[in-house]
Amino acid sequence: MTPTLQLFLIVAAALFCIGLLAALSRRHAIFILIGIEMMLAAANLNFIAFWRFGPQPQPPTGVMVAIFSIAIAAAEAAVGLALVIAVYRHYRTTNVDQLNQLKG
Amino acid sequence: MSSDSIDQIFIHLKQWLLSWLAGAPDWIIQVASSLLNILALLGVFLTLFALISVLERKILGRMQNRYGPNRVGPFGLFQPIADGIKMLIKEDIVPARADKIVHFLAPILIAATAILALGVIPYGRNMTPFAIDGGILFFFAVGSTTELAVFMAGWGSNNKFSMLGAMRAIAQMVSYELPLIITTLPVVMVVGALSPDAIVAAQSNYSFGFVPHWFVATPWGAAAFVLFFVSGLVESNRTPFDVPEGESEIVAGHMTEYSGFKYATFFMAEYIGMFAISGLAVTLFLGGWHAPVRVLQFIPSYIWFFAKLSALLFVYIWLRGTLPRTRIDHIMNFAWKFMLPMAFTCILAAAVWHYAGRGLAGWLCSLAVIVIVYIALSILLDTRKRFATRTYRFAE
Amino acid sequence: MNSVAFILIALLTLAAALAAASLPKLIHAALSFAVTFVGVAAFFFLLGAEFVGLVQIFVYIGAVAVLIVFTILLTRRDVGKDRGFNWAGVFIAIAVFAGLLWAILKTQPLSIAAPPIEALTVRRIGEVLMTSYVWPLQCVGLLLTAALIGALILVMEEKR
Repeated sequence: MTPTLQLFLIVAAALFCIGLLAALSRRHAIFILIGIEMMLAAANLNFIAFWRFGPQPQPPTGVMVAIFSIAIAAAEAAVGLALVIAVYRHYRTTNVDQLNQLKG
Repeated sequence: MSSDSIDQIFIHLKQWLLSWLAGAPDWIIQVASSLLNILALLGVFLTLFALISVLERKILGRMQNRYGPNRVGPFGLFQPIADGIKMLIKEDIVPARADKIVHFLAPILIAATAILALGVIPYGRNMTPFAIDGGILFFFAVGSTTELAVFMAGWGSNNKFSMLGAMRAIAQMVSYELPLIITTLPVVMVVGALSPDAIVAAQSNYSFGFVPHWFVATPWGAAAFVLFFVSGLVESNRTPFDVPEGESEIVAGHMTEYSGFKYATFFMAEYIGMFAISGLAVTLFLGGWHAPVRVLQFIPSYIWFFAKLSALLFVYIWLRGTLPRTRIDHIMNFAWKFMLPMAFTCILAAAVWHYAGRGLAGWLCSLAVIVIVYIALSILLDTRKRFATRTYRFAE
Repeated sequence: MNSVAFILIALLTLAAALAAASLPKLIHAALSFAVTFVGVAAFFFLLGAEFVGLVQIFVYIGAVAVLIVFTILLTRRDVGKDRGFNWAGVFIAIAVFAGLLWAILKTQPLSIAAPPIEALTVRRIGEVLMTSYVWPLQCVGLLLTAALIGALILVMEEKR
């Protein structure tokens, strides 16, 4: 037995939901970023799985989207972590619940 | 025996060993073949590590006008065995406040990644243990994991010297990873492949039978090779860039809280990392396992590879014996203000060389590009004016 | 063989992901996060997308994980542990997973077994990237440059 497309989709869905869990239920800003990155990775896994199980031959669209998505995720992580540091400098906290003022 | 069969002796040996398994299922043969590759790789490089660790001390001793180790065995050659036994029977100390799991995993991770990186280098004709299409990318992907391992060592020890050392190490490794990777780009662009085998194959010809077509023979290749080598020095934390473990300042950096066998693992990983970087430099710029002149092609390919590797390792040791430690801010300034622009210039020069027909004209044009940028950078970064006359303040 | 590898990688990835989402210490979570991405990269290898797997390891372990641990170090004086744990998030996540699972199991799959494909070489990816995807590539380059400058400006010391 070889793994089918559905199995890959289920794993990706589980990964996505774990990311969602981290993003929704943790209060630390870095955890939220980690959760978002995990959700992006789950989406990438779906792209690659659909590319692999799709009709062949075809242009490697899924692979291309995954590569661009990784690049964008890296940019997102860099800016997000810079934001965390900037916010920490200002409020001395990284707990997102305490960041409830627009004017600092 | 013809020279060809000596050249391929290890391949034949492996095939002979695998022939014992004839009839077994396919995946058993695959696993056995991989295991043989891994064993050969570990055997060769651990021996080389033992040899280099004693030779380094001998050569440093020679450079500093003293005897190196000369007590154990002939010429002190059994010194690594004595060292190994000493390291093994030392007490393994874990600090009470350490993060135990992270502290334990760091040496494993650092050694595993260093050894993995060795897998993609072609050691001779048909002698690439792990031939994949994106070999160079694999090397850097695995190599970049080292930073995380160093961080784990620094954090897990819960010691300020460890943390400081780890921060220094990561800062300089991240900064020099850029020039390291960007200097490989011109080679990858000129060859049009990311696989080390293709890169070696592209350097196989000779002009007039004695000028090898190694990339180091072109201006952009020579500049990229020097930049790559300096970045490699930093990546393997060698003198003059060994601030992460500057003994006089922060004990031993991220390795401060490690003792016994774990310390030996770090030590080994550092040397294996050095072998890997030098091996990649040989592959990218020095023609891999090809002979320097056509008439010497009868000497087996792996001997050429290891001769070039040893030459590079000797330069590493030589630099350690001659240069003082650099200050961390100088290292960082050098990385961002000089190495990075020069690395981009190498790409430009390689493009000029390629579009000018890869001949003498291209050679001269790309040399001109590099010289112009080098001079411009030297003028821009000239710091001489900032120094005042040195004043001495003795206790008078 | 293939399915054994699949199960092992799936277990590793999901366990590491759960650890990353639930461990109390940030550093442990960040390291589990790195392991998760090794697992995802292993999936990419299994699916025949070597290049993407290598890029994934390179970008996530070499850059993003290091960025995260650096951020943790720089914000370390935020002593209060991760205080609240929002249980509503757990329910939402489980509900979303149930919905996705229902959708996946109900849909007819495209094909049961993966069709044989020729290996996706780096050369092919490069050709496609430089022809049909050259505009997205330029945009991503612009985005990365903007992100670099933006991140630098964000973390610059505020002048008072």
